[in-house]
Amino acid sequence: MREQKRGALSSLLLRLGGYILLILGGLLTVAPFYFMFVFATQQRSEIFGFPPPLWFGEHFWSNYQILLQKIPFWRAYWNTFYLAFMITITTLFFCSLAGFGFAMYNFRWREQLFGVVLATLLIPAILNLIPFYLLIYQIGWINTPKALWVPAMAGAVGIFMMRQYIVAAIPKELVDAARIDGCSEFQIYWRIVLPLIRPALGTLGLITFIGAWNKFADVNVIMRTQETKTLPVVLRTLQGATDVEWGAIMAGTALLVAPLLLVFALAARQLMEGLTSGAVKN
Amino acid sequence: MQESLSNPRPSSSPSGLAMRWSNFQRRYAPYIFISPFFILFLIFGLYPSLFSLYISFQSWTPSDGWGHWKFVGLGNYAFTLTDPMFWRSMWNTVWLGVFSGIPQHLIAIPLAFVIHMVLSRFKTFVTAVYFLPYITSSVAIALIFNTLFATHNGVINLIIAHLHTWPVLGWLLPDQNINWFISANIKYALALVVVWQFTGWNTLLYLSAIQAIPKDLYEAAAVDGASRIQQFRYITLPLLRPMMFFAVSLTIIGNMQLFEQPFVLLNGGASTATPGGQTAAMYMYRTAFEWLDMGTAASIAWILFAFIGILTYLNNLIFGRTARGGD
Repeated sequence: MREQKRGALSSLLLRLGGYILLILGGLLTVAPFYFMFVFATQQRSEIFGFPPPLWFGEHFWSNYQILLQKIPFWRAYWNTFYLAFMITITTLFFCSLAGFGFAMYNFRWREQLFGVVLATLLIPAILNLIPFYLLIYQIGWINTPKALWVPAMAGAVGIFMMRQYIVAAIPKELVDAARIDGCSEFQIYWRIVLPLIRPALGTLGLITFIGAWNKFADVNVIMRTQETKTLPVVLRTLQGATDVEWGAIMAGTALLVAPLLLVFALAARQLMEGLTSGAVKN
Repeated sequence: MQESLSNPRPSSSPSGLAMRWSNFQRRYAPYIFISPFFILFLIFGLYPSLFSLYISFQSWTPSDGWGHWKFVGLGNYAFTLTDPMFWRSMWNTVWLGVFSGIPQHLIAIPLAFVIHMVLSRFKTFVTAVYFLPYITSSVAIALIFNTLFATHNGVINLIIAHLHTWPVLGWLLPDQNINWFISANIKYALALVVVWQFTGWNTLLYLSAIQAIPKDLYEAAAVDGASRIQQFRYITLPLLRPMMFFAVSLTIIGNMQLFEQPFVLLNGGASTATPGGQTAAMYMYRTAFEWLDMGTAASIAWILFAFIGILTYLNNLIFGRTARGGD
């Protein structure tokens, strides 16, 4: 009896300790976002004053004006969106098409070719930065957005995700039946497969859009003029000047991060499941 | 299906040309469907890589004009491998790899276990909160932390100053404001940023692996009188090994190419703290785009590539075998 009581007590304590730990950790995780939004509404002198501001001020508008004055803010916003949109749309099409090819057909060298797709995942991306720049320089695509979205149209991650999903979700008999009905192979993909893999397309679209929205290293190298830069790159250039306007930078950062926070709030579960599905199955 | 079999549509009845097209598209469809990836990879992945291997044996700066490079043999490699700045950046990278990598996993594994054990209704919500930094732009994160790390009245220094007044914990902490942006300190700031950014991602990975562990294992252990902590030690941890291998591999590959966080926190190399926080990837970038020495930059990329390859291989050798040995 006493043994049981002690067990219950210790499990309660463990639970309580767990809650406290989780809340503390959660606060530490959220705090920088909170300060970003707070600082976005404060002047520079206030941000680094004592005590630092813990609540919202009234200078968001003036910070925003500084931002408009120093950088082509909305142009950069549009560039960011355009790049993310183009990468996402093309990725959804080409990756699902390739995933369908790998999932539903038996053809020569299939396993080896799929192995090549997976092997490219192991190449550290940053090491391609200089060769990639040299190629773009050679073909004269510097300062053009296509230099950034054309190479990203059919990434290995997307192909892998789509293949896994199609193998599990679409019965081969369905494809055979459509073929007997006179569908061409592309029609099978377009009319039968695409509608059935909508959930996976949603997940891949989210992941791709977020990744493209946050792109920095290659954009920074390819886009050399202020008008062609995306928001992360152009915000970074504000840092270089003397008398850095941190309030304005935080306002820009908040406007960069906010749409993703919103998307994440709406689709967190789907996104997290999508991101880990490949890892768990292997 | 039955209906369509017994009643074929007239359009599929063969005329010679249509039949040939039908056979052609059926036969080559999979190759056409997967071809975009391979075409793009050949043009934007393989070709530039091979070209950069070629250029790593040449001396070239973009203002020389395309094609006007000069063969220097192993000169670029010799220069890089005897360059103290390169070795400093390699040391920074390895240091950061270890001190921003290990804490991520030491926090994430117990955290995932606690989330799994303690929460039910709010599990997704809490995991999502921890996951937030992972979906946030590294540039945004570095800019935010740039303000938080300010020496005077920076939020992080004020927290440390406050903790200094606590018993026990206070003894471990300095009583003066820390200047994070000097060479000796910047690494700690960078490690903190990276840990903050990626712990949630690892937590999610471990949580998904923990959720895949069958419940009856814990129930059986509980019947045998195992405490929660014993269950963690003798059931959860051993069964997490394959995921640890996977997550650690990702951390190694990611940490060895750390670029955006140091690039922004060091103001693109203009900061006085640059020698202490410059990573190999950042050094490679500056060699190419600041000093415009493409040949040397290409040689750095290939040396780094070999280094990451060796590390991944060692990780496989040490961790991979035991991770798979369990099955």
